Amino acid sequence: MTGYGETVPSLRAEADVWTWITTTDHKRIGILYMVSAFVFFLGGIVEALLMRTQLAVARNTLLGPDAYNQIFTMHGTTMIFLFLMPMQAGLANYVLPLMIGARDMAFPRLNAFGYWLFLFAGLFMYSSFLIGAAPNAGWFAYAPLTEVQFSPGLNIDFWALAILLLGISSTAGAINFIVTTIGLRTRGMSFNLMPLFVWATLVTSLIIVFAMPSLTTGVVLLLVDRRLGGTFFTPGDGGDPLLWQHLFWAFGHPEVYILILPAMGVISEVLPVFARKPIFGYSFIAWSSVAIGFLGFTVWAHHMFAVGLPIIVQALFAASSMIVAVPTGVKIFNWIATLWGGQISLKTSMLFAIGFIGQFVIGGITGVFLAVVPFDWQATDSYFVVAHFHYVLFGGALFGLFAGLYYWLPKFTGRLLDERLGILHFFLILIGFNLTFFPMHLLGLMGMPRRIYTYAPGLGWDNLSLVSAVGGFTIALSVSVFIWNFFSSLRHGQAAGDDPWDAWTLEWATTSPPPPHNFSTVPIVRSRRPLWDLKHPENPDWRTAQPARDASVESKEERVDAGPRRGY
Amino acid sequence: MYSDRIVPRFVLSLVSLAFLAGCSRSPSVLAPASPEAGKIADLFWILLLISGVIFFLVEGLLIFAVVRFRSRQQATLPKQVHGNTRLEIAWTVVPSLIVVGIFAIMFPTMSELTQQQAGALKVKVIGHQWWWEIVYPDLGITTASELHVPVGQPIEIEILSADVVHSFWVPELFGKTDTVPGRSNWTRFVASKEGVYPGQCAEFCGVQHANMGFLIIVEPREAFEDWVEEWGDAPDEPDDGPAALGEQAFLTGSCIACHTIDGTRAQGKLGPNLTHFGGRRSIAALTLDNAPENLASWLANPQSIKPGTTMRIPSLSSEVIRNLVAYLESLK
Ligand code: HEC
Ligand SMILES: [Cu+2]
Ligand SMILES: [Cu+2]
Repeated sequence: MTGYGETVPSLRAEADVWTWITTTDHKRIGILYMVSAFVFFLGGIVEALLMRTQLAVARNTLLGPDAYNQIFTMHGTTMIFLFLMPMQAGLANYVLPLMIGARDMAFPRLNAFGYWLFLFAGLFMYSSFLIGAAPNAGWFAYAPLTEVQFSPGLNIDFWALAILLLGISSTAGAINFIVTTIGLRTRGMSFNLMPLFVWATLVTSLIIVFAMPSLTTGVVLLLVDRRLGGTFFTPGDGGDPLLWQHLFWAFGHPEVYILILPAMGVISEVLPVFARKPIFGYSFIAWSSVAIGFLGFTVWAHHMFAVGLPIIVQALFAASSMIVAVPTGVKIFNWIATLWGGQISLKTSMLFAIGFIGQFVIGGITGVFLAVVPFDWQATDSYFVVAHFHYVLFGGALFGLFAGLYYWLPKFTGRLLDERLGILHFFLILIGFNLTFFPMHLLGLMGMPRRIYTYAPGLGWDNLSLVSAVGGFTIALSVSVFIWNFFSSLRHGQAAGDDPWDAWTLEWATTSPPPPHNFSTVPIVRSRRPLWDLKHPENPDWRTAQPARDASVESKEERVDAGPRRGY
Repeated sequence: MYSDRIVPRFVLSLVSLAFLAGCSRSPSVLAPASPEAGKIADLFWILLLISGVIFFLVEGLLIFAVVRFRSRQQATLPKQVHGNTRLEIAWTVVPSLIVVGIFAIMFPTMSELTQQQAGALKVKVIGHQWWWEIVYPDLGITTASELHVPVGQPIEIEILSADVVHSFWVPELFGKTDTVPGRSNWTRFVASKEGVYPGQCAEFCGVQHANMGFLIIVEPREAFEDWVEEWGDAPDEPDDGPAALGEQAFLTGSCIACHTIDGTRAQGKLGPNLTHFGGRRSIAALTLDNAPENLASWLANPQSIKPGTTMRIPSLSSEVIRNLVAYLESLK
C-alpha cells in the first residue's frame, strides 16, 4: 500500500466560504450535498422523536393534532426528499467520477445548480415552520384533502412548490449522472466493466428521469386546482381524486427504488472488498438492477388496493409487485455468495453492509405480504406498512448509506474513522432500529392505523408504542456517536492513505482526498477490478475473470489502448 | 375453517404474552369474527409459514457465512470466484416459482371475498371529516358512528364520502375500503360472532383523523329486530323538566343548523343525526364514552375535546348545558 503520508490535506485549510459557494468541483459539491442532507437528517430525527414520544403513551398531550400532522408530514418529506435522495446524490457526486476515472461530472455548473436548488427548496419548505404552516397532509398529499376547500392555509403550497423545485434539482442531477456515466468513462471501461455502484447510480438516474415527470405533473395540477380554480382532483367537474393517486404513486413506487438502488450499489462495492473476493455474479446483479428499474414502473397501484379498483386490475398489480421480489432475491443470494468462502473482515462498513442484508430481507418479505391483495386490505395504512418500509428504507437504504460513509469517508477526509466508535454506532443503531420498528408489525396486526396523533387506552397499543419510543431514542444516541466519531476523526483520525481497505476500484488509485483534477494518471481498465490487476500481475482479472472472452482479450486490449482518451 | 386455527392462536397468544403482558383487547386482524376476516387471517398464516422458511434460510446462510468465513489472522487470499451461472439461474427460478405459488394461493381468496351474497342487509356509510354517517335505506334509520347488524346475515355496505378520502376498517370483520369522493365502493361481510367491534378511519383525512372511530355491534337477530323497531320511530318528546327545556334550547339554538332530530324541526345535515343519541355508546366518533358528564364537557367546548372538529358553537351557559344534556340523553 502506498501513500501513508505525514500530512493530510485538510478540508478546513480550504475553508474560504466563497470558493465553496462558487465551486463546480464534483467533490466539493458532493460534500455540500452530504453535509446539507445530514443536517436535514437531524431535523427528520427530531421530528421522529417528537412523534414517538407523543405516541409512547395513550392520549398523550405533548403535541396537538395540527402540530403532529405537520411533523409527520415533514418527517416523511424530509427523509425522502431532503435526506436520502440528496445524500445519495452527494455520495455519487463524489465517488462516481472517481470510480470511472473522470476528472469531473459532465456538466459541472448544472451540478452546482442542482445542489443550490435543492438547498433552497429544503430551506424554503422548512421556513414554513416559521409561520406555523408546515405541510400537514402527509408526504403523499392526497387530494382532495390538499385542495383549498379542505386545506386553505399555505401549508400545501409550501409543500407543492418545494417538491416542484426538488424535482427539477434531482432531474438535473440525474441527467448529469447519466451523461457522465455514458460519456466520461476512462479508457477501457466498457459498461460491462463499470463498478456496480456506477450501475446502480445509472439505473437510479434513469428512474428519476422517467418517474419525476409524473410527480411534477401532479403537483402542477394541484397548484392549478388550489390557486387558479382548477378541478383536476375534485369530483363533479370532471376531476377525480384517484387521478392524484395514480400520478403520485406512478412516481412514488419507482421512488422506492430510487432510494434503495444506490444503497444496493454501495453494498455491492463494500462486500467484495471486505470479503477479499470479487462480487459473485456481476452480471446478475447489474441486470437485476435494470430489471428492478423497469418493473418498478409497473406496480404503483399496489398502494391503491383499497380504493375500489376492479379485481382483475388489482390481481395484475399484485402479480407485478410480487415479481419484483425475484430480482431482489437474486441480489441477496449473490451477496451471500460473495461472502461465502471469503476472508471476511468485520470493519464497521462491512457490519453495516451485513446489517443491510439481514434487515432488507425482512422488508422484502413483508413487501410480498403487502402485495397479496386481501392481506393488503387489512394491512395497508396500518403500522404494518410503517414497519415494512422502514425495514426497506432505514434497515436497508440508510444502513447501506452508513456502509458507504464508513467506506468512503476516509477517501473524502484523508482520515480513518475510529473503529471502536464505529462498532458502538453499529450495534446501537441495530438495536435501536429493531426496537423501534419491529413492534410496528405487531401494532399493525393489532389494528393500529398510521398517521394518528393519539389513541385510546385499552387497545393494547401502548406497551409496544413505548418500546418503539425507547428504540427511537437509541437510534438518536447512535447517530450522535457517529457525529462524534466523524468530528474527532477529522482532528485525530489516523491518516487513511490512498487505499486503506486494499480495494480494487479506481477511486482508491488517487490520494485521499483526491486533488482537484482527481488523478495524475488513471490506470488502464481491463477488468472490473483494475487495482487488483495492478496489485496481482501474476493473476489479473482480465486474464481469469471472463473465460468466455479469453480469446479476444489480446485484440480487445489493443483496441482499448489505441482508442481516444475519453472525457478530457 | 378459521375457527379451528389452534396452532396460530397459540403462536399469537405467545406473541401477545411476550409483548403485551396481559393487556386489554386489541382489534386484531388475527382474531377474526367473520369468514371474510378469517380467510385473510388464514392467508396471513400461510404467508408467514412460507416466508418464515425463507427468512430462516436466508438469515441462517448470512450468519453462517459471516461466522464461518470470518478472517483469521494472516490468512492467504481466498479463491477468487466470480460467479456460477447455474447456481444463479437456480436462485432466479426458485423464487419465481414461489411467487407463482403465492399468487395461486391468493387469487381464489380474492375472488371469494368480492362475491355478492343473496339476502344481504344494505347499509350506507358516509365518511365525513371526522365522523361516520350510517344509513339503513331499507329500514329508514339514520345514525352516526354506530352500526348494528344481526349475527349471521350477509351485510352489504356501500361506502361513500362527503368530503375527502377516508377508509372504512374493522380489523376483526373486514379489510379497508376507501371512501373516494365521487365514487361508491362496497364491502361485504357476515358477522359470525356477537360482540362490539371497534373500527377506525384508516386513511389520513385531516386534523382529527385519529378520532374518527366507530363501532359495529353484532347482535342476535331478535335483539337487532328490537333495535330496528325502536330506532325506526322518533323518540317520545319530553313532557317537562330539564329535558323539555333542553329541547327548547336545542330547537331555538344553533344546533338545528347542523343536526337532525326526527320528529322535530331540527333538520340540519352538517353534523350527525341525533335522533336516538341517548341510546348511543359514544360521543364524537369514539372520542368520549356517552355519559352525561362527558356530554356536558363536549357541549361546553367541543374544540378542546376534539381540536379542529367542525362543530363550532358559541359558548353555552352551564344551565343550558345541563338542560341539553338531559334532553339529548333522553333520546333513546
Ligand atoms: C356547525 C355545525 C354544528 C352546530 C351548530 C352544532 N353541531 Fe353538534 N356536531 C357537529 C358535528 C360536525 C359533529 C361531529 C363532530 C365530530 O365527531 O367531529 C357534532 C357532534 C355533536 C354531538 C355528538 C354526536 C355524535 O354522533 O357523537 C352532539 C351531542 C352534538 N353535536 C350536539 C350539539 C348541540 C347540542 C348543538 C347546539 C348547541 C350543536 N351540536 C351544534 C356540528 C354542529
Ligand atoms: Cu410501492
Ligand atoms: Cu377519515
